[in-house]
Amino acid sequence: MARFKLTGGNIVREVMKNKILFLMLLPVLLYFLIFHYAVMPGAYVAFVDYNLNQGIFGSDFIGLKNFEFLIQNGDLWNITKNTLLYNLVFLVLGNIIQIVFAIMLSEISGKWFKKVSQSVILLPNFISMVIVGVFAYNMFNFNSGFINTLFAGAGLERYEFYSDPGIWKYIIVAFKIWAGTGYGMIIYLATITGINHDLYEAAYMDGATTWQRIRYMTLPILKPTFILLLLFGMGGILKGSFDLFYNLIGTNSVLYPQTDIIDTYVFRSLVGQFNFSMGAAVGFYQSLFGLILVLVVNFIVRKVEPDSALF
Amino acid sequence: MEKTTINQDSGSILIKGVSYVSIAIFALICLFPFALMISSSFMNEQEIVREGYKLLPAEFSFKAYEMLLSNSTKLVNAYQVTIFITVVGTVLGLFMMSMAGFVLNRKDFKYRNFFSFLIYFTTLFSGGLIPTYILMVKHLHLKDSLFAMILPGVVGAWSIFLMRNFMKAIPDSLYESATIDGAGDFRIYWRIFIPLAVPSLATIGLFSALGFWNEWYNGMLYMDTPDKFPLQYFLQRMVNQTNLQALINSGAVINTADLPTQSIKMATAVLATGPIILLYPFVQRYFVTGLTIGAVKG
Repeated sequence: MARFKLTGGNIVREVMKNKILFLMLLPVLLYFLIFHYAVMPGAYVAFVDYNLNQGIFGSDFIGLKNFEFLIQNGDLWNITKNTLLYNLVFLVLGNIIQIVFAIMLSEISGKWFKKVSQSVILLPNFISMVIVGVFAYNMFNFNSGFINTLFAGAGLERYEFYSDPGIWKYIIVAFKIWAGTGYGMIIYLATITGINHDLYEAAYMDGATTWQRIRYMTLPILKPTFILLLLFGMGGILKGSFDLFYNLIGTNSVLYPQTDIIDTYVFRSLVGQFNFSMGAAVGFYQSLFGLILVLVVNFIVRKVEPDSALF
Repeated sequence: MEKTTINQDSGSILIKGVSYVSIAIFALICLFPFALMISSSFMNEQEIVREGYKLLPAEFSFKAYEMLLSNSTKLVNAYQVTIFITVVGTVLGLFMMSMAGFVLNRKDFKYRNFFSFLIYFTTLFSGGLIPTYILMVKHLHLKDSLFAMILPGVVGAWSIFLMRNFMKAIPDSLYESATIDGAGDFRIYWRIFIPLAVPSLATIGLFSALGFWNEWYNGMLYMDTPDKFPLQYFLQRMVNQTNLQALINSGAVINTADLPTQSIKMATAVLATGPIILLYPFVQRYFVTGLTIGAVKG
């Protein structure tokens, strides 16, 4: 941190010298100061009994009471568990599927097929999660959903998807994978196409089969990228995909036991119950542990692979 | 020798075959919800009520679109809001971020590491939703203002660093010769760097525009007046509501029984996704460039 010596006289001289540069940076700086740094002290609301009229800093300080309450009623444990498990599945399963598709895409030779399929698989990455929610409705709603149309057509009974929490675990994971595979696949594919072509040529000359080439060359080359993405993913493992969960589950409380994550809980405490302090306590817990996780992960990455560390 | 050659061939043919088939199947899975949405929007309401949404309906009907377009005040409104926030947000964001990227790339700018860290740190720690909400509503008075949907996402740390990295590719000698000619900093940025940075501006601008086009979250949090709802939030309410009449048109009297409730939901979704799907083939390669460059490291 010694690099950032901000002694008074120095900075004034610097600003005078580079007036225009500072002015050009100013809009972005103001943005971060207002929409990020000005918000941070507000995390204090987690430690008070928030009263709308008295504001954050005028409300009564109650210490860790909000946290105690959340631990006692089991909410904190439940949403933490759900967030962690979902993210773990998204991360591990998601990356494996992305790698498999990247390798398969690199093995095929049809140029046109390659191009079109790559574009198609990337398409879900570009639509809003609201549309994904519409897709889910289109497929799973009781009276007219596509799956129920099939069931009814086959003489089976219609299924109440929207009142079975168990099944949404799979639907959520399926949509997450559906939407995210293209993005990861392209990143892994870029790593594969970056492999020196001579290496493959040499392997081919030595009589290596396609499978051997994948097993002993491509996979080991992808390993560092995989581990890095996994590690950095771990750093964000407490951050939930709010837009996915909210658009699939919405306000259907029947499904909460298995689909409630930290972010949906905080959101509800804001708009549903107006319990600002409780929601903020959860939010603060998420931010703090998120920061610690990133620092730990970065520490590990710096030990293993210094070039890839974030800072 | 003979045997291994045969093995090699059959093995690689098998892998190729499996690859082609799995990729084709997965690509179809990616397209399926879009196809189902489109065909559902063209379905006859009675058929949906009787049997449900289908991929291949027995008969096609344009009723949902006719109804939407003949009572389009609300939809047109939502479109206008979304176009407004997309254009203003993207232009404003690009201007702010390209200036910041330019400054942070200047080696003679002494505090660039400090400011970069200041920006970077916000990706590691955030105050959280609730303090943000209180700030936006109580202190910035942005409740029910269109700027509540523009300002929070106008710039992004990742995009600024991407911009800075793009600027790195522009040779310093250009800047040096311009300084010798007596051009000021802003002039150098505007006249030399911006024209050279057009491809990167296009990439980042597309990401930014896509974000604003898909915006619904801030609309849900901060907008009260239905006339100010963005397209995606309008759609979300439409799908979750059984009584659509109020959402479609407040003035005209529509016979509720005639309203193709189920197909109209899908027709709205088609109209909200349409522009993205139409533009996608043309802008897709910019996205891929952005994704691969961004992934390499910020």
